[in-house]
Amino acid sequence: MNHVMPDHVVPLRVYLLVFIALIILTAITVQVAYIDLGLLNTPIAIIIASIKASLVVLYFMHVRYSEKLILLVVFVSIFTLILLFGFALSDYLTRYWIMLPIR
Amino acid sequence: MSTDHVETSASIVSVSRHEHDIDTSNYLKAGYTLKSWLLTVDHKRIALLYLFGVTFFFIIGGILAFLIRLELVTPKGDLVSSDTYNRLFTQHGIIMIFLFLVPAIPGVFGNFLIPLMIGARDLAFPRINLASWYMYMAGALLTVVSMAMGGVDTGWTFYTPYSTTFSNGAVVTAGLGIFIIGFSSVFTGLNFAVTIHKMRAPGMTWFRLPLFVWAHYATSLIMLLGTPVLAITILLVAVERIWKVGLFDPSLGGDPILFQHLFWFYSHPAVYIMILPAMGVMSELFSTFSKKPVFGYEFIAMSSLAIAIVGFFVWGHHMLVSGQSEFAGLIFSALSFLVAIPSAVKVFNWTATLYKGSISFSTPMIYAFGFIGLFAIGGLTGLFLACLGMDYHVHDTYFVVAHFHYVMVGATIMGFLGALHYWWPKMTGKMYPEGWGQLAAIVIFLGFNFTFFPQFLLGYLGMPRHYHEYVPEFQILHILSSAGAMILGIGYLMPFTYLAYSVFYGKKAPANPWGATGLEWRTPSPPPVHNFDSIPTVDSKPYDYRTIREELSHVARA
Ligand SMILES: [Cu+2]
Repeated sequence: MNHVMPDHVVPLRVYLLVFIALIILTAITVQVAYIDLGLLNTPIAIIIASIKASLVVLYFMHVRYSEKLILLVVFVSIFTLILLFGFALSDYLTRYWIMLPIR
Repeated sequence: MSTDHVETSASIVSVSRHEHDIDTSNYLKAGYTLKSWLLTVDHKRIALLYLFGVTFFFIIGGILAFLIRLELVTPKGDLVSSDTYNRLFTQHGIIMIFLFLVPAIPGVFGNFLIPLMIGARDLAFPRINLASWYMYMAGALLTVVSMAMGGVDTGWTFYTPYSTTFSNGAVVTAGLGIFIIGFSSVFTGLNFAVTIHKMRAPGMTWFRLPLFVWAHYATSLIMLLGTPVLAITILLVAVERIWKVGLFDPSLGGDPILFQHLFWFYSHPAVYIMILPAMGVMSELFSTFSKKPVFGYEFIAMSSLAIAIVGFFVWGHHMLVSGQSEFAGLIFSALSFLVAIPSAVKVFNWTATLYKGSISFSTPMIYAFGFIGLFAIGGLTGLFLACLGMDYHVHDTYFVVAHFHYVMVGATIMGFLGALHYWWPKMTGKMYPEGWGQLAAIVIFLGFNFTFFPQFLLGYLGMPRHYHEYVPEFQILHILSSAGAMILGIGYLMPFTYLAYSVFYGKKAPANPWGATGLEWRTPSPPPVHNFDSIPTVDSKPYDYRTIREELSHVARA
């Protein structure tokens, strides 16, 4: 595979399909908001949003057609975000595990 | 300018002299106008712009430090009011950290040396490089303007809800300044990362890179991944302060500890933005001045990456007594000890490099030894602070102040001044006076220890930080510390003087005054505008002194 493909031409059809997928997913988000799923409310919203973001990154931002280094950059960024959220949650989710008298 | 412009040196130089009346054989002589400096895209000139900038703000930060130490000579708060004192240490912290320590070594030496060391004609994005300097200057000036607007009294950490709700200082202005400087940092990191990936000379494989470049690669990753979080966090402080949106203030429904998570997510790794470049400098110095290849090259290279990665796992050690969960405290405390491993790998490998080397005590090498001393003390006391129990005792005392001055300031200043002396001949084409250099290095090392070692004792005995009044029994240690600061100040003034002198009256520097390896020494001092007459090819490991010795004897015979 050629390592630099700055003018990789993506067929218009792909863009349109991705666009339609994004519209459908948005519609689903809106519809789901009216249904109370209890604990699942947030996870479902986040999952749909992640799928949409992935479509944008992969197709509109051409990451799918880019060299591996670009892919690495994307994954490292997501990993960093997970670190930020994960370690912060390791505090918030465990606030009352150990009750010390000094509290 | 395109590369075909410069392939064959001599003829092209004469042609361009005819055409543009510009001497491209020496970057310092390629234009004398203000415009030729302020609109330059030459990484070497931008490095000198950074040198001017960081030196200027270092002086301002130093004056503030002087006022702080002057106030602390007596137990009573008789020089400035409590309010003014709060502003003094805040501005000192902001200026020294964001305007000096973070950009100093990458901005000056990273910019100057990375293209030279990897055999490139410039950084990947020369214009973004220039923009980064303008962002830095704009942000820095805004920060200084906030001083004139009454200053900030929150401490450099901007802890909420004080900073968002109660402080009457110019928090938003100073925050905006730091926000803008953050962009400069991101630009620099981006430029370095892309350059190191894409612009290495033929044969310059990853494991033939000088360790200075490896250290800057690791640094640039932290700059890219950490700085945006700081920028957003500061923006959120401004949002809560201006529009009273409840993010961090409990009375508005926010959580103050969330701010600390976000802030330290950047600000702990930021310590490695300051110190990794200094470590890169050390690898070069220890090798050159003991005339031996660096011991355990791969380990030092990988330990830079390890520090950059593990640095993102430990931020909660700043919050052990903040009210974060004890479980999180436990995890962060344990992970913090991990950082000691790659740091120790470096120190032991540098020490092992000295074994059976022919060691010379030139000025840069004295700074290198100073680095080991200060970094060892600063790093090991960091382990004290990462202990859950010990931290309850020394948290928010001078023990912390002493620790972070040793590890950030001590180590980074040693790296900065060591690099400044080591590459001064390359940057200016002039030699500095060696005797004065050695004297200043020793004075600075002693002055630094005089200033900050008493603060470990003060902190252990219970002197809290941020106070300008204290109980009289602490006075003797405070006087020791202030006296040390005077020595340190004199030490800093010496290089200012003799380096400026050497620019005009110094001996002319040869291309390779130290007998060092590395591509930057194979081009004239100062380098031509396009760095190399022809792009070099690399066919061996770095720090190979046999070939250098042969080449130098060739030069001597010719
Ligand atoms: Cu830390």
